[in-house]
Amino acid sequence: MSTIEHIRSRLAALDPSSLDIQDDSALHAGHVGAKGGGGHYRLMIVSEHFAGLSTVARHRMIYAVLGDMMRGSIHALAIRALTADEANSQPNRKET
Amino acid sequence: MDIQSVIREQVSSHPVVLYMKGTPQFPQCGFSAAVVQVLRNCGLTEVAAINVLEDEAVRSGIKEYANWPTIPQLYIQGEFVGGCDIVKEMYETGELQDMLAKAGVIAASS
Repeated sequence: MSTIEHIRSRLAALDPSSLDIQDDSALHAGHVGAKGGGGHYRLMIVSEHFAGLSTVARHRMIYAVLGDMMRGSIHALAIRALTADEANSQPNRKET
Repeated sequence: MDIQSVIREQVSSHPVVLYMKGTPQFPQCGFSAAVVQVLRNCGLTEVAAINVLEDEAVRSGIKEYANWPTIPQLYIQGEFVGGCDIVKEMYETGELQDMLAKAGVIAASS
């Protein structure tokens, strides 16, 4: 199973209504901070489990589900974690 | 003193403390560089930064301290604020500038 498939299967625990995972590893190959070998990923997830939670709490929830992957196959993870209402109200917000 | 006590003192040693890879002048990771840039955009001229690449105990200890698995990590008045995505998001909403003003490191806007 690829790392992206692995991430996807772990995040299924959060019942996402939308989930997009990009592998940005090629953009970071060789920089000193990445020498541990883990990849760089970008994640966009929409889930009702995030309702009423701060951004920090949402990210911690994702990190908790990913567990040991954060110490191994994932070196860096850019996260956007939204509820369905939030995703609908800012469809054109630019990705950074 | 164990590493968690060292970190507890570090995060409170300045109003704003950034754990990063490299230094503000020579960041060694794009995410760390992005947080430094955001803080500068807020008007912060000097950032108390701790280079985790120079201290393996701090590098692993800080992840445990904040229960947060990645670096950079930003602390304002001793409190964990977030990593790169969160800091950028709070900058866009103005929340970060408010926190920095409350911490007394930049002038309050308006």
